Amino acid sequence: MRIGYYPGCSLEGSSKEYNDSLFAVAEKCGVTLEVIKDWSCCGASAAHNLNHDLALALPARTLALAEKQGLEDIVVPCAACYSRIAGTKNEISNNIAVKAKIEGYIDLKLTADVKILTVFEFLQKYIFPTVDQHIVNKLNQKAACYYGCLYTRPKEIAAVEQIENPMEMDEVMAKAGATPIDWAFKTECCGAGLSVSRTDIVAKLSGKIIEDAADRGAESIVVACPMCHMNLDMRRPEIKKQLKKDINIPVLFITQALGLSMGIPADKLGLNKHYVPTDKVVNCIVKMEA
Amino acid sequence: MARIGVFICHCGENISATVDVAKVAEKAGKLSGVAFSVDYKYMCSDPGQTLIIEAIKEHKLTGIVVAACSPRMHEGTFRKAAEKAGINPYFCEMANIREHVSWVHPKSDATTQKALDIVRTMVAKVKKNAALFPIKVPVTKTALVIGGGIAGIQAALDIANAGHQVIMVEKKPSIGGHMSQLSETFPTLDCSQCIMTPRMVEVAQHPNITLHTYAEVESVSGFVGNFDVKIKMKAKSVDYKKCTGCGACWQKCPSKKIPDEFNEGMGFRTAIYSPFPQAVPNKPVIDRPNCTYFTKGGKCGLCKKVCPADAINYDAVDEFIDVKVGAIITATGFDLKHADFFPEYGYGKFKDVIDGMQFERLASASGPTAGEIRRPSDGKVPEKIVFVACAGSRDKAKGIEYCSKICCMYTAKHAMLYKHKNHEGKAYVFYMDIRAAGKDYDEFVRRAIEEDEVQYIRGRVSRIYEKNGKLIVKGVDTLMNGEPVDIEADMVVLATAVVANIEAESLAQKLHISYNKHKFFAEAHPKLKPVETNTAGIMLAGACQSAKDIPESVSQASASASKAIGLFSSNELTREPIVAVVNRQAPPNFTSCTGCLLCQEVCPYHAIETEDIKDRGGNLIKRAARVNAGLCQGCGTCVAMCRNKSIDLQGFSNDQMLSEVMALLNA
Amino acid sequence: MHESTHHHAETFKSKVEEAIGVTVSHCYQCGKCTAGCPLNEEMDIMPNQLLRILQAEMPGYEEKILSSLSIWLCLACDTCYSRCPQEVLLSKVMDYLRQESLRQNKVNPKAKDILSFHKAFLNSVKMNGKLHEVGLTIDYKLRSLNLMQDVMLAPSMAAKGKLAIFPHQVQNTKEIAKIFKKITDSEGGKQ
Repeated sequence: MRIGYYPGCSLEGSSKEYNDSLFAVAEKCGVTLEVIKDWSCCGASAAHNLNHDLALALPARTLALAEKQGLEDIVVPCAACYSRIAGTKNEISNNIAVKAKIEGYIDLKLTADVKILTVFEFLQKYIFPTVDQHIVNKLNQKAACYYGCLYTRPKEIAAVEQIENPMEMDEVMAKAGATPIDWAFKTECCGAGLSVSRTDIVAKLSGKIIEDAADRGAESIVVACPMCHMNLDMRRPEIKKQLKKDINIPVLFITQALGLSMGIPADKLGLNKHYVPTDKVVNCIVKMEA
Repeated sequence: MARIGVFICHCGENISATVDVAKVAEKAGKLSGVAFSVDYKYMCSDPGQTLIIEAIKEHKLTGIVVAACSPRMHEGTFRKAAEKAGINPYFCEMANIREHVSWVHPKSDATTQKALDIVRTMVAKVKKNAALFPIKVPVTKTALVIGGGIAGIQAALDIANAGHQVIMVEKKPSIGGHMSQLSETFPTLDCSQCIMTPRMVEVAQHPNITLHTYAEVESVSGFVGNFDVKIKMKAKSVDYKKCTGCGACWQKCPSKKIPDEFNEGMGFRTAIYSPFPQAVPNKPVIDRPNCTYFTKGGKCGLCKKVCPADAINYDAVDEFIDVKVGAIITATGFDLKHADFFPEYGYGKFKDVIDGMQFERLASASGPTAGEIRRPSDGKVPEKIVFVACAGSRDKAKGIEYCSKICCMYTAKHAMLYKHKNHEGKAYVFYMDIRAAGKDYDEFVRRAIEEDEVQYIRGRVSRIYEKNGKLIVKGVDTLMNGEPVDIEADMVVLATAVVANIEAESLAQKLHISYNKHKFFAEAHPKLKPVETNTAGIMLAGACQSAKDIPESVSQASASASKAIGLFSSNELTREPIVAVVNRQAPPNFTSCTGCLLCQEVCPYHAIETEDIKDRGGNLIKRAARVNAGLCQGCGTCVAMCRNKSIDLQGFSNDQMLSEVMALLNA
Repeated sequence: MHESTHHHAETFKSKVEEAIGVTVSHCYQCGKCTAGCPLNEEMDIMPNQLLRILQAEMPGYEEKILSSLSIWLCLACDTCYSRCPQEVLLSKVMDYLRQESLRQNKVNPKAKDILSFHKAFLNSVKMNGKLHEVGLTIDYKLRSLNLMQDVMLAPSMAAKGKLAIFPHQVQNTKEIAKIFKKITDSEGGKQ
């Protein structure tokens, strides 16, 4: 099976470490990802806020290109891209008129039957079968898996089984030798697209998330979305101001966490690119006995 | 030579506003065989019926067609009129020109033509009618009551007190149902068990009532007045003839950690158990899947050793008994929606998020906390308690769009009970509407708000999560411009939806009664036959039909009992003769039936028997099918299957049907 | 067949309903959407009240809704819809209201920065086919005049290799611009 890959804009810029760690993990397990040739931006929240047709046309172009390339599965590691692309696929498959209109805009035909995988679905489907032989470390820490909105809602495109208490990332973390904790803010919103324009709101929402994780003894927060990462990691100064306390729990991408358990060096996983230092996480790790 | 009369009804303006009734009458009068035709404002009225009777006599009519409403409305009325005029009532047919014509079409020539077409088909049919005579069947004056909750108990007592025999079947080890679990009852706050237990005892002691607990209905056949019921008596493993109910067995039973159903899982019981102290009968059963003796191949056996009456019988097996009854009352009650239904409320995840029935047990003197309201997680008395109404009811997204009806009242009661026991505590109720339409009900709710200071907040809760031993309830006050309301509660009570008994569907299928998509049993008519089902002789009582409170359940139970008593008031029943018959011919054929018995295979009512036709010497000439007129429901499936047209349906014969079709085709 | 005797005049409410296939009367005002909304403390009109205003159609309701801040604050997190007992697609209603607010020039002044960000974002995509974060930031600063915002982040981001000074682009940027143009043309040119 050829596995397609849609990195999305953030993974080429502010969340390069997510991209790098995903490739490092895949490489270790001998899995090859094929980037969709000439992919374009999904439009993110800006498009569906301002223009519904554009919000469909941009992901539709990428879907059409993936089909042209003969890909059946495509991995979309960003939650926003996942939501836009899966949402577009859903709307196009259920409405012939919309499909025809969008095909007109993008000058491409599409069937919209490619399967779209989140990063944790990808890990479970393609990495899990061989991962055990590569795992050399036990992360040995309490991890709060944070799913946010876009993997869990709306229910029509939810990538998780239980939308109020998803467990898919928790399973990955358990594999990596961490102890996933039960906490209350797994699926609350971090503030997402208001990061730049209303940082105050993001600090408030993300602050509640960090605080709950800390209250329940989390030693790391694990995410699978560049936007969530940015809000929880890069916005930490604003969050600290909001909470009026210093919480220094690092925020890891799920691929970084799994990569650490596979013995991939921290710098190759881009742990040095985070704002909140990640040394504490790395220090928790213990070597597994052979 | 047929002389048919046609009577066109205006039904006020129901028909005449869209159908040209005068024209239909005029044209019908010209049909072959029609001797008289007339239209009239209300055929079903006294003068209307007189008009029919007079016409039959005056014009020596041999049959009549009344073109009016559905035969379900007035066929009986007009057949009686025909009988009064001296002709066999089955020479009266109805042409439905209201439901099938005037109510579904606009006024037009085509509509009038359709009315005439229907009249013409019925004229063609009635010419082929034959005199039919009602069938008499005997009545077994014993009622079966399925379910021993308050509805079943009431129905059983009413029938038994009227002097008839009652067999009550209850699947649990004791009768009493949900009402025996309740603490106090709205709107009077009288103790539920205090008013319930005397009734339970009365059932057990009544000379006319035979009680089978730990038993289930296995199968039902037969028909009104003559049902054959097989009852499965589950193995109790205790000989009730010997058992004195002393309790030595359950005191000594070592399996003590089985979640107690009667206390809604908030306590434990033993493997040999009687569900509660006032149980009727107060004798135990062994819960075999949880008993060491049965799960560990004969180890233990303590109960047998300690039993002073030698009543324990590990070798008991399920037994089946066959009973004959004339009427059946279903009173199988309801369940509450449980488990994974509310992921956003953490129901099933957080110990202190409970449902209404669990709260009843906490508030009940016989409950796990002896009536003190303590939360399950740590036994603390909650200082703040939140009640959430409509938890799952009126929730299309969760598949239950109906109102559960009893929650508004019991939630008010719960909040009140909590406040009565904890004066300093704070009680909040999140609600959408307060539905308190019963006698003294709204006053009761007002009392909770005004006197007991329960804080009612109009809005639904979005989410509940647990933090530092508190339950964070995220709600809203829609009466305050949608102000978010977050409450840090110690305990949350969800008024979860009332749903049908989990076994309702399989029972309905055994009884051949219909049910709605939520598996609540269907009444024969929502207004005029609210206690009968579509199957004659089977009645409904209580929450198996829809969510009901105690007074409603009791009223309906008495109503269904009165239907059974009515049925038992005569020695035989009269049935419509619309049944299948196998033809008769002169010897040597006797009948054209060849005895292939395909009809027997397809008959859904098991109404086809075989008949041996013998000569005078007693030698078998042929074996043919015969219809048991008592069982036959007149569905006609056998007629469709019969290969040489030997079986026919009286009142709807092949000949009659063909005439109707030909009348349409030859217009 | 009967001809329907109901002839509804087109109203703002009916336009909303038709555009997104939602029936606002389905909402029975339980408030569960508002109770769970992460931004309920910030909103000027609560989510359930927005629907109530649409239901009631009192004079001036269109203006009131389109100029509200709430429609721009909504994060489309879909918590409302995922728990709505009546399955009202509130986030789609919000999407539509934002687009209509923009089209009719009714955007709440307090939502100016939010709108600037969205516009700058789309502009970057229009030019490159992909988002160029540096370009977006500069564009946003010029639109919002929040020139100093996040200035402190830039050097560290660059040091961490998180800032691409030059945009990544699709092979043929004209192709993307063409999609934008086709859509704006079909909507009568306003964007």
